[in-house]
Amino acid sequence: MTDVKTPESQTLDSPTAATGFAGWFRRILSTNPSALPTIAAVLIFVAMVIYGEVTYGRILQFNTMSNLLINNAHLIVLAVAMTFVILTGGIDLSVGAIIAFSSVAGVMLSSAGWNPYLVIVLMVAFGAVFGLISGILIQYFNVQPFIATLAMMFLARGLASLLSTVPERLSDESPIRWLGTQLKVIDGEKVNDLVVTPGVVIAAIVVIVAFVVLHRTRTGRTVYAIGGSESSTQLMGLPVPRTKVLVYVISGTLSGVAAVIYTSRLGIAQNITGIGWELDAIAATVIGGTLLTGGYGYVLGSVIGALVLGLMNVLITRDGGIRPEMTTIITGGILLVFVLLQRVVSRKRE
Amino acid sequence: MNTQTTGGMTWLTDLVRRPFFWGIVAIFALLALNVVKDPSYLAVSLNPANGHLVGNMVDIIRASAPIIMIAIGMALVIATGGIDLSVGSIMAVSGAVSMEFLKSASDTGSGGAMLAAVGLALIVSAVLGAVNGVLVAYVGLQPFISTLVMMLAGRGLAKVITGGQNTAASNDPFEWIANGFLIGLPVVFLLAILIVVIVGLVVRRSALGLMIEATGINPKASRMAGIKPKGLLLTVYIVSGLLAGVAGIMSVGTVMTVDVSRTGYQMELDAILAVVIGGTSLAGGKFSLGGAVVGALLIATLDKTILFLGISSSATPAFKAIVIVVLCLLQSERVRSWFVRRRRPRTPEPIQSSSSTESTKQEVPA
Repeated sequence: MTDVKTPESQTLDSPTAATGFAGWFRRILSTNPSALPTIAAVLIFVAMVIYGEVTYGRILQFNTMSNLLINNAHLIVLAVAMTFVILTGGIDLSVGAIIAFSSVAGVMLSSAGWNPYLVIVLMVAFGAVFGLISGILIQYFNVQPFIATLAMMFLARGLASLLSTVPERLSDESPIRWLGTQLKVIDGEKVNDLVVTPGVVIAAIVVIVAFVVLHRTRTGRTVYAIGGSESSTQLMGLPVPRTKVLVYVISGTLSGVAAVIYTSRLGIAQNITGIGWELDAIAATVIGGTLLTGGYGYVLGSVIGALVLGLMNVLITRDGGIRPEMTTIITGGILLVFVLLQRVVSRKRE
Repeated sequence: MNTQTTGGMTWLTDLVRRPFFWGIVAIFALLALNVVKDPSYLAVSLNPANGHLVGNMVDIIRASAPIIMIAIGMALVIATGGIDLSVGSIMAVSGAVSMEFLKSASDTGSGGAMLAAVGLALIVSAVLGAVNGVLVAYVGLQPFISTLVMMLAGRGLAKVITGGQNTAASNDPFEWIANGFLIGLPVVFLLAILIVVIVGLVVRRSALGLMIEATGINPKASRMAGIKPKGLLLTVYIVSGLLAGVAGIMSVGTVMTVDVSRTGYQMELDAILAVVIGGTSLAGGKFSLGGAVVGALLIATLDKTILFLGISSSATPAFKAIVIVVLCLLQSERVRSWFVRRRRPRTPEPIQSSSSTESTKQEVPA
């Protein structure tokens, strides 16, 4: 009641009210131009959903949306991991290879009769170890992030190849597979059910925890501060070395989590799993509005970015006319467009 | 190595100070390892039927040719403070273009078709390099992100060109480039050395090399000194793309088939590794083409050794990754300070020679 009579408070507190969308949009941009790419990502996602619904149909329904989440749960986790790293101004090229190593090692250990719960813990731990090595190289030995993580990428993929070069199959009765089973949440009419897997739930938990850590804790603020200016952050007395190592450990650990989610869904691991996923993760993060130079970005934006990429794959499959080989080119193209957009936005701010 | 102690102290310290000295040491160490396994490893004999030299050493220098090509390009790019992650993918594109052209060419087997295929592949490679260059120099994107996009999109492009197939073709002159022999030596190796000499003369006999290094040290200062960094950067990325194209032609020529997902796969690490072994700092600002060649030879030797020892070739990246991590560690100030502190009591200026773990062993004869 009172809100209606005070227009000032409306414009400040309830953006979608009286002044309308355009006014809200303009104000967001003037106070924080770095939000533009995130807004663009949301708009693109909505546009893709509408385009897909109009052109191919059966997009805006529980079934498709559930599958989108189930098939991209691992990518969402990777995008969240990459957000941490990119926010500090770094990069992690090793995520795809870590997944390959962690999956192959995990499935082989599981097949060898190890306790499945221990195997899951180990899969996550393998990722953490790779992340820790990258972090130490970068922080304490001044290796450029992309060189250190490129080396980890080749190390992890080489070790995965050393373990096995053929598809390793997870046995059907392995409890790890339970993480990939589809649980019906809403029993819709015909095939239109809302389905989730424990993997999707894990991804959701990762997103929530990451959101809280980045936007509500001291560690999160330090991550943003390092991306803004590392030396200033150091001068402020914030724990820069610890935090910088931590983001790579987080990235590696979440890669391990993504490996668990992906392996449980497919039941197969191979040394060539995850080639090019680092580009997908970087693209998801960048599309979601995280600045590659660090300092600006949102976890939820990265989730949207991951969904944009996932939906793009759905649309390409539905279309049928676009060859699957084009996928990496299109992903690269989209990434490039968003990096260029960032250039424009950050130039304007300067 | 012991024979060199006879050469006198200054000559020896000079050699040890050379950035690529330890690369040469490592090559000899690997060869020694091979000789231990098979005493006749180093034997090179003359095939009386066709006058070709045959032996493991000849195989190594032949395999090193494409690595030399991409390493030279990478050395120039890294000297500007950049990186080119797309060289492997450009190799695949170049291979795909040449194979598709030769397959569809009407007069297969002619020298004209070969020249056209090579020309077309080089033009496409140069264009991809130019795209990298424009993104880095004129748009101002970070080099690794521009070339990372090209790395993944390029492989997609190679697949699109061949329709996802591994296209095979036959053309004798084209195959001769990769498999032929001239005065007993592999044509690829001679070609690679020729290109290195040409690039070396161009950059070192003119101010170009100096300008590239100046850009790498401080782009702003070099611009104020009258150098045009943008054009220079563009040129360097075009050269890198072009040389990757040559490498692509060399590597598809040996089997006359392009494997769109394997040709040039993970070669960017080889290139970076070769350059770093050659003594170029990844921070940019200086380059050594000779060092890059030594690095490329070392990688070819390492590849062959790993195969010879019976380790799966798909595991080689792990070993290379370990080598590159060790080299990066040796370049870092922290590790250097450890060495300096530990050695100050004995030798006054050991910073250069301490840049390898083997230095303790090697300094005894000196």
